[in-house]
Amino acid sequence: MTGQPRRLPGGGRVDRTSPISFTFDGRTYQGLRGDTLASALLANGVDVVARSFKFGRPRGVVGSGAEEPNAIVQVGTGTHALPNQRATQVELYDGLVGASSAAHGLRGLIDAVRRVLPAGFYYKMLMAPPILWRFWEQVLRRGAGLGTVPQGADPDRYDKLNRHSDVMVVGAGPAGLAAALVAARSGARVVIADEQDAFGGSLLSSAMHIDNRPAAEWVVDAVRELRTFEDVVMLPRSTVVGLYDHSFLTVLERCADHRPSTTGSRVRQRLHRVRAREVVLAAGAIERPLVFANNDLPGVMLASAVSCYVNRFGVAPGERLLLATNNDGGYQTALDWQRAGREVVAVADTRVDPSGELPRAVREAGIPVLAGHGVIEAVGHARVRAARVAPLDPAGVAVTGVARRIDCDLIACAGGWNPAVHLSSQLGTRPVWSDEAVGFVAGQRRGLHCAGAVTGAATVEACLAQGATAAASAAEAAGFATDEYEWPRTDEATQDAQQALFVIPHLRRTSRAPPQFVDLQLDVTAADIELAAREGYESVEHAKRYTALGFGTDQGKLGNVNGIAILARTLGREIGEVGTTMFRPAYTPATFGAIAGRDVGGLFDPERHTPMHAWHEARGAVWEDVGRWKRPRYYPQPGEDMDAAVVRECIAARTSVAMMDASTLGKIDVQGRDAARFLDRIYAGGFLRLGVGRCRYGVMLKDDGMIFDDGVTVRLDDERYLMHTTTGNAEAVLAWLELWRQTEWPDLDVHLTSVTDHWATAAVVGPKAREVLGRVCSDIDLGPVAFPFMAYREGHVAGVRARVLRISFSGELSFEVNVAAGQAVAVWEALMAAGSADGITPYGTETMHVLRAEKGFIIVGQDTDGSMTPHDMGLDWAVRHGKRHGFVGERSLALADYQRADRLQLVGLRTVEPATVIPEGAQIVADVDRMRSGRVPMRGFVTSSYFSATLKRSIALAMLKGGRGRLGETVHCPLDNGAVLAAEVVDPVFYDPDGERQNA
Amino acid sequence: MLLLQCPHCLEGRSEEEFDYAGEAHIQRPAPGVTDAEWADYLYFRSNPQGRHREMWVHTAGCRRYFNVVRDTVSYDVLAVYPIGEREPLVGKPPP
Repeated sequence: MTGQPRRLPGGGRVDRTSPISFTFDGRTYQGLRGDTLASALLANGVDVVARSFKFGRPRGVVGSGAEEPNAIVQVGTGTHALPNQRATQVELYDGLVGASSAAHGLRGLIDAVRRVLPAGFYYKMLMAPPILWRFWEQVLRRGAGLGTVPQGADPDRYDKLNRHSDVMVVGAGPAGLAAALVAARSGARVVIADEQDAFGGSLLSSAMHIDNRPAAEWVVDAVRELRTFEDVVMLPRSTVVGLYDHSFLTVLERCADHRPSTTGSRVRQRLHRVRAREVVLAAGAIERPLVFANNDLPGVMLASAVSCYVNRFGVAPGERLLLATNNDGGYQTALDWQRAGREVVAVADTRVDPSGELPRAVREAGIPVLAGHGVIEAVGHARVRAARVAPLDPAGVAVTGVARRIDCDLIACAGGWNPAVHLSSQLGTRPVWSDEAVGFVAGQRRGLHCAGAVTGAATVEACLAQGATAAASAAEAAGFATDEYEWPRTDEATQDAQQALFVIPHLRRTSRAPPQFVDLQLDVTAADIELAAREGYESVEHAKRYTALGFGTDQGKLGNVNGIAILARTLGREIGEVGTTMFRPAYTPATFGAIAGRDVGGLFDPERHTPMHAWHEARGAVWEDVGRWKRPRYYPQPGEDMDAAVVRECIAARTSVAMMDASTLGKIDVQGRDAARFLDRIYAGGFLRLGVGRCRYGVMLKDDGMIFDDGVTVRLDDERYLMHTTTGNAEAVLAWLELWRQTEWPDLDVHLTSVTDHWATAAVVGPKAREVLGRVCSDIDLGPVAFPFMAYREGHVAGVRARVLRISFSGELSFEVNVAAGQAVAVWEALMAAGSADGITPYGTETMHVLRAEKGFIIVGQDTDGSMTPHDMGLDWAVRHGKRHGFVGERSLALADYQRADRLQLVGLRTVEPATVIPEGAQIVADVDRMRSGRVPMRGFVTSSYFSATLKRSIALAMLKGGRGRLGETVHCPLDNGAVLAAEVVDPVFYDPDGERQNA
Repeated sequence: MLLLQCPHCLEGRSEEEFDYAGEAHIQRPAPGVTDAEWADYLYFRSNPQGRHREMWVHTAGCRRYFNVVRDTVSYDVLAVYPIGEREPLVGKPPP
C-alpha cells in the first residue's frame, strides 16, 4: 500500500488487488477500486482539500456523503469536466483528474481581516455604490469555490426517462430496503433509488449484525429478493433531487461518471421522471457537527464519517482520535477506531453521566471518558494537533473549570442527527421540531410516508420496522394489500437520551473567541448569527439571507440546524418556534446536461420550414425567424447587401411581378351551421353577409377591446370558411377561438381545425401578376370583372388543384395561390418559370414590410402591442357596431378611457431629410428645445420605418398622442447618438391611397 | 408537476399537456353594465388561498377546456368537471 499511508491493512469494501492512480490538484496518487475521491485522498494523507470561501482558511474532508461542505471538486478535464462535485460522492476510477474548486480562495482576505467581514458583509461593504457590486461579484465568483465552467459544448450524452410507479422508495438504507420489500411483495410497481453506488445506506459502513449475520449479508439478501420482482426498478447511483406536486420525482442517475470519460459511447447521466402514486421517504439523516472554536481545522470530522472511512474504505484519517459527543451513538466511532488498531485518546461527552451500553463498552475498552466535558477549541494550523477540553455546566452553556490540552490529530464530532427532510420540504411542507429526536423531522403530507432516520428513528431496528409500516400504508393507499412483515433483529446497543446541545461554549464570549463555524462552505460563524439577531434579523429567513447561512451548494446540510439553534438561543426562543428555512430542488446540484437531456438544439427549439424551404435556400435566402418559422428575409444577388436586395425586390413587385412564400400564415378551417354567426361574434367586423367566394379583412379583439390579431377570412362554402391569422399568433388564435366556442357559446355548431401546414401559399404580386398566373391557370377567369379584388376562386394552377384569393398585402394586383403542401414546390417552380420572361422576382419579409408600410397596412405585434384599439389604428372601417350579438371586445370600446383624444394613434412620418431612415423604436417628443434643458414628455414612438425605393424617400409609421389631429405638424425624434431627426406627421397611407393598383 | 384527470379523455395526464386558462365560472356581463362593472369582469379575479375554481385546456390532448377545483395551498385537485356543469360538492381530502 505504498503511497497510501493512512490505508488500514485490511477491511473495507475496497478491492486491494490492483491499485489505481488518479491526480488531484496536479499531483498523482494511488487509490483503490471502491474508493471515493475523498477516501482516496484521506488514504494518501491529504489533509487540506480546499481554502475557505471568505477567509481562505485551510479545509479538509468533514463528511462522507452529500453533506460534505469543503471537498467540492471539479472532476475531469476540458469540456467533459464536471464542476461542483462532492469528493465524498465521486467514485474513484483509474486516471481520474480532480481539482479543488476552491483552491483559489480569496487569498487576500485572510484570517487577519476576519473582523472586517461581519455578517451581511455583502450588503454593508460591497453594494455601495451599487455599481461596485458588479466588480466585487466577479472577484467573489472567481474565489467562491463554484468551480470553472467548461468552455465549449458538452460532448456527453444525457437522457431522460419517464417512469410510473405505485410506490417510489427514496433511499435504500435499512428503512428503504424494508419498505421496498414490503411494497414489492404486495405486487405494487416499485422504484427504489439511492445515491450511493450500492444499496444498503448506513449498513455499508457499519460493523453491526442483523439476524446474527453481518449487516452487509442482509443487504445482499434483500437486493437479491428485490431483483426477483419484475416490477421493481432499482436505481443505484441515483439521487432523488426533486419531489414535486402530485408525487412527481426527478431522479438523477449517474450512469457513467464512475468510469473514465466515455464520451459518445454511452449515456453519462439520466434523469428519471417518476410519477408515483405514493412515496416512501427513507432519505436517512445527516450527522450534526458540534460547533466549537476553530472547528473548521482539517482533522475535525463527523463521527459517522470517521466510522465510514474505517469500516467501508479501510482508511484511518489520522492516528490519535478524540471523540466529542453529546450522545451514546457517537461512542461507536471510538470502538471502530480502536478496533482499527488506532488510539482513542479520550471521549469528551457533554453529558454529566453517560452510562448507556456504548459508553460502558468504551470505558471497558480502556478509553478515558470525560463526562460533562466539551471540546471548546481545536488547536493547530493546517491540521488538528490538539484539542482544548473543559468541564461544562450540566446545561452545557458555560465552561466551569480549567481547560486542558489533549494532543490528538483527529476530532470526531457526534452532535446528534438531522433528518434529511429536504425532499418533503421542497413540497412546501414545513419540517417540525421534535424534542425527542432533537431535530427537525418531516411534516405530514398526504401521499408521503416517512420511514427511518428521517423521522428521527435512532436504531436500525426502528428503521426496518418503520420502513415496513410506511410501505404497507403506501401500498394500501395505492390499492395493494400487504402481508405482515417480520422485521429482523439487530445486535445494536440501546441508547440513552442525547443532550440537546449544539454549541460548545468557550472561555471567552462568542464574539471574542476564535471563530466557531456553523456553515463551513460559506464561512458563517456563531458570532455572525448572533450579530444578525442583534441587528434585528430575527426571522430565520432574514437571518439566513443576511448571514448567507445555508446559501452554499450544500444548502446548509450540516450547518442549518446549528445556526437555527444559535439564533434561537440569542433571541431567547425555542428552536421549534424559530423554525427552519425551506429547502428547494435540487437536493444535490444537478447538471444542466441531465436536466436538458436530448432537448437541445433543434429538439428543444424545432424549426418550422415551408415546403419551398429548400428552394429558398438554393437561392441564397437570408432567413428571418418568425415564431418557429424560417422565412426568407431577402434574396441577395452577388454583391448585394440587404438594402440593395430590398430595393430590387420592391421595384419588381411595383413595376413587374414578384412572388413571396406566404405559407406561414396561420390557417384555420371553420365549419358548421353556425360558422358565420361565430365569426360575426369573434371579429369586430360583420361576417354574416359575406358571400360564398368572397374574402373579408377582419380584426380580432380581446374582450378588453385591444387588437389581438387580424387577417383575411374567405367563405369557401355555405358552412365553411378559411380564416387566416398572423404567422406568430396562429396557435394563440386557435386557443382563443376554442375558448369562446367551448365556454361562452357552446350552443353554436362550429368546428375549428388548424390547416396551416396542409396548404402552402405563393403570393403572385405586381402589375403583371394576372398575365403570369394566366400562363399556368386555364380554368379560372382571372379578368378584373370575373375575378375582382377580395374574391376567391377554385381551379387548377400548373395542373394542381388550387384555392386562389385575390387579396393584397402589398397594394399591388395580387393573387395568393394555395395548394396542398405536398405539391407546392412544383407549383412554385411552374409560377417562376411562367414569370421568367417578365423577370419574376422572389421576395422576402423585408420587402413585404416595405410594401405594406407604403400602404399603411399594420402588422399586429409590430405596430400594435396589446394596448391599441381599432380606433387607435384607424381601423374603424373594420368595426361594425349594432350586430345582434355584438362582438368580443365591443363593450370595452365604449369605456371612457378609450375615448380620450390624446390616446396614441397611428400616423405616418415623413422625415425632413428624405434619405434618413428613423430607427424603429425611436421616441417622439414635441418640444425639442426643452429637451436640452431636461426631461420632456414623450409623445409617441416609431413602430415601422423603411426606405421606400418606390417613393425614393424614407417613410415611417408611428404611434403619436392625438396623432390624427396633428397632420402637418413637425415632430422630433432624438436619438441616442445625440442627433435629432425632424419629421412631418402625415396620413399613414403613403402610396396609392385610392387602391387603384390592387383593384386593377 | 400536477397530475390532472381530463374529464374528456378520462385519464390522468401530466401538467405539461395542459394550459391554465384562468379562473372558472366568471360570468360575462351583458353590455348594459357600467364601466366599473365591466372592468370588474375584465380585470378582477378572486385569487383565494385555498379552494380555487379554474379552467384548464388539454392543449396537447383533446384541446377541450374543463373546470378544476384546486387547493392553492396544497395543490390538491378536489374536482374536475366539464364546462357548463355545476361545481360538484366536494370536501377537503384527508390530510
